[in-house]
Amino acid sequence: MSSDKYLDQLKREGRIVVVGASLAGLRGAETLRAEGFTGSLTMIGDEPYEPYDRPPLSKQVLLGRATADHTALPRRRAIDAEWRLGVAAAGLDMAARRVRLADGDEVEYDRLLIATGVRARPWPQEDEAELDGVFVLRTRDDAVALERALAQSPRRVLVIGAGFTGSEIASACRERGLSVTVAERGAAPLVGALGGVVGEVAAKMQREAGVDLRTGVMVTALEGDSSGHVRSARLSDGSSVETDVVIVSLGATRNTEWLLGSGLGAGPRGIACDAGCRAFDVRGIVTDDIYVAGDVARSPHALFGYQFLSLEHWGNAVAQAETAAHNMLSESVDRRPHMWVPAFWSSQFGVNIKSVGVPSMGTEILIAQGSREERRFTGVYGYQGRVIGAVTFDQTRWLPFYEQLIETTAPFPPPFPTVDRRPEGNRPLPADFPDPSVPSHGPTVTLSGYSPADRRMTFTPARH
Amino acid sequence: MTQDILRQIIDYSHRADPYPLYEELRKTPVYQRGDGPFVLSSYYDIRSLLHDPRISSDARNLKDTASSPLGADAQEESALPPSFLRLDPPEHDRLRRMTNRSFGPPHCPTRVNDMHGDLVEIVSGLIDGIGDPEHIDLVDQFSYPFPVTVICRLLGVPREDEARFHSWADTIAAGLDPDPDAPDPAERLKRTHSARTELGMYLAGLVEERRKNPGNDMLSELATAPGPDGTMTTMELLSTAALLLIAGHETTVNLITNGMLTLLRNPEILGRLREDPKLSVDIVEELLRFEPPVQLVPQRTTLADIEVRGITIPKGASVWLVLAAGNRDPERFDHPDRFDPDRGDIQHLGFGSGIHSCFGAPLARLEAQLALSELARRLENPRLLEDPPPYRQNAVLRGPRHLRIACDGIRP
Amino acid sequence: MRLVVDLNRCQGYAQCAFLAPDVFAMHGEEALLYDPQADDSRRDEIARAVAACPVQAIFAEGLDGTDGTPAPAQEATREQ
Repeated sequence: MSSDKYLDQLKREGRIVVVGASLAGLRGAETLRAEGFTGSLTMIGDEPYEPYDRPPLSKQVLLGRATADHTALPRRRAIDAEWRLGVAAAGLDMAARRVRLADGDEVEYDRLLIATGVRARPWPQEDEAELDGVFVLRTRDDAVALERALAQSPRRVLVIGAGFTGSEIASACRERGLSVTVAERGAAPLVGALGGVVGEVAAKMQREAGVDLRTGVMVTALEGDSSGHVRSARLSDGSSVETDVVIVSLGATRNTEWLLGSGLGAGPRGIACDAGCRAFDVRGIVTDDIYVAGDVARSPHALFGYQFLSLEHWGNAVAQAETAAHNMLSESVDRRPHMWVPAFWSSQFGVNIKSVGVPSMGTEILIAQGSREERRFTGVYGYQGRVIGAVTFDQTRWLPFYEQLIETTAPFPPPFPTVDRRPEGNRPLPADFPDPSVPSHGPTVTLSGYSPADRRMTFTPARH
Repeated sequence: MTQDILRQIIDYSHRADPYPLYEELRKTPVYQRGDGPFVLSSYYDIRSLLHDPRISSDARNLKDTASSPLGADAQEESALPPSFLRLDPPEHDRLRRMTNRSFGPPHCPTRVNDMHGDLVEIVSGLIDGIGDPEHIDLVDQFSYPFPVTVICRLLGVPREDEARFHSWADTIAAGLDPDPDAPDPAERLKRTHSARTELGMYLAGLVEERRKNPGNDMLSELATAPGPDGTMTTMELLSTAALLLIAGHETTVNLITNGMLTLLRNPEILGRLREDPKLSVDIVEELLRFEPPVQLVPQRTTLADIEVRGITIPKGASVWLVLAAGNRDPERFDHPDRFDPDRGDIQHLGFGSGIHSCFGAPLARLEAQLALSELARRLENPRLLEDPPPYRQNAVLRGPRHLRIACDGIRP
Repeated sequence: MRLVVDLNRCQGYAQCAFLAPDVFAMHGEEALLYDPQADDSRRDEIARAVAACPVQAIFAEGLDGTDGTPAPAQEATREQ
């Protein structure tokens, strides 16, 4: 059969299975239908809920301005799918083109889209993680449980890890009038994603908002009372924190275990795929029928030296799912590369933080506009003489300009004056990122090597 | 030898329909003649420059204001300091933020929305008072008094003083009009200067009064309520108040009049609006694309040599961004010359973009939506008596001076 | 009524917060918080907010005129 006819038939009566029923899975499914797919569509999701939006969970929901069960994503169109919710995918048989489910069921496919995303990295000491009052925040259920705990006016909340999620949680707690301690192994909040120069601003924001911020420390143990409720945490500096609620915010783990032994190029860093979202197998050969999108994917990006990027970004999930779905139904010449410029946002302590590009690749930063002291500024990151990323604090309207600089590989430092250039913007500073070889919960962009399969890599979760 | 398109655009004889000239202009997306300004007319270029931190709104960065007959700028000489419209960050951001404290979210999230009842009452009153349905001048009887009444209430300026500040506002707005052929530029400058001074003095009196007896209006709050940035100096406050008063005066009137004119030229859409007032939402957005009340931004300058489409615009050059041309750019909009509120994708430049995007946009939107849907509902069989209508001189704040219409009667 | 705002696109113009203050709120100068499942009675205000958004970042399910078609690809990638 010519591939033309095959595609035609696939579109008409093929079977497409989407594993992962969150943002990427949903937008991918909608795109499949939008592009004329009329065959059978199965959506598999380990959570029992229809696709919902996660960013509000650490913001509106913790602030009590929305409830976790009110976060279902609006649909762009009806997708007419068979939903298998509340049951995780447990295995993949590439040869037989079958996904095995945790309940033993099997689903056959002609094309497979994997969008299993990530999950919160749990506290590494299992017995301590099981204490009452110890939480992570990733899912709807997590948010419901945490919100309930916060509503009971705990004497103090301890947030372990000051990445974006941890910082947003701390911000929401302060807004609710709760006492908060944040323990961060690095020198400042957000250092993994934005470096020390910006991290210093984040630290000041936390302290001014009344957060008891402890940096350069690790939590070494959580201690419970006789009823199994967490009561205190011990820190590496010898101190301890009395607390009723602990939120472990140590970044995420990619949901790839179910693919172990399947022959797909999947590992702790995600599933490697080409720029067209086609998954690699463990031999580094691209597959024809398996596509990847969202947080679980890692794909090469032309703007960043063809390094494989894993992006835990909302916008990436949408864009990559759309591209993957389009390519699933396209002849090779009609396929599109996933060329999305990384972008994310966070709002915390009343400040809107946005970024484009890959700041964590930067070695230097120039405060091109505004002032860190005033918490309104634009920072531009440089790498090998070119602009590689940018961040704004309450200055988002300038960000598109810097995005253009990144897209056009413009020189760093930018050789021109701008409005609102202050003395601190006269020359670049070392961006001050922590050593990238040390596993960190911080960055939302992870750069990984070129080897698609990563078979020899071993992964050790961060000990805090 | 091509004729200078810019001069033609400014020339009053083309005021009724500058769009063919804009189309011509877009063929040279970075247009410059003689020692005139650099004129940008494509959608993406304009949007990109509106977000470009190498572009300043502060006239003090212009290399030489005097040398350009098109760059005449009255504000420098005035007794009032520049308003935030003509400032860069951080001053711009600070003043705008302080002004916003008494206007919008987060500090005043419902002020505009809460005006809805007032807007309805004003619109109803004006339509009730129209009189002879055979001879209506929509500008004088409706499009002008409506936004003026609104801005007066919002700011706390007595409506009965309108006659006084109207002529100052008109003079100041005319001063914004780049007219190279004005008979006596020096005289015009002087007039604008003195209008600004008089308006400033008038507002100073009001502010004094509001300080003593604060009311529930923006002037009172700006004068008395300190925020995290403190309070404005008196001079800053007067400049800001003058800006708001003039902007509230000279722009929404055109949006409403252009809107009714466009609807009367597109009776099918007018008919649909009569049946479904909610259509006014999309109609107003499409109007902001199709007939924007601010046609161009003639007040930007470069802080560095910048390159656009391979052409270098030197540091200190005057840059004009022709919003109305970008809004009809076929690279961005399909069938750009068609008025089509159903187009779905109406991401216009009508309110600008970036840090200087229109401060009063939400109020203008509500005013225009309400005005057009009520006119559509209440005027029975309305028709144009004159097409095109006579226009105001101003090429920047472009709109009809009069819009003579007739209808069979006024519905209750 | 389900809503989602693409906060990568959002530039804090606050039009939605002006026009539908019960659904959208500014949190600080630039950050936006919204009710992801607003009451159906807010439909008209939400429609105003969706139309007024200068960067077309708001997507509300089942609004007239939003038939579920994604924004044109050109805009999605060329957002400036």
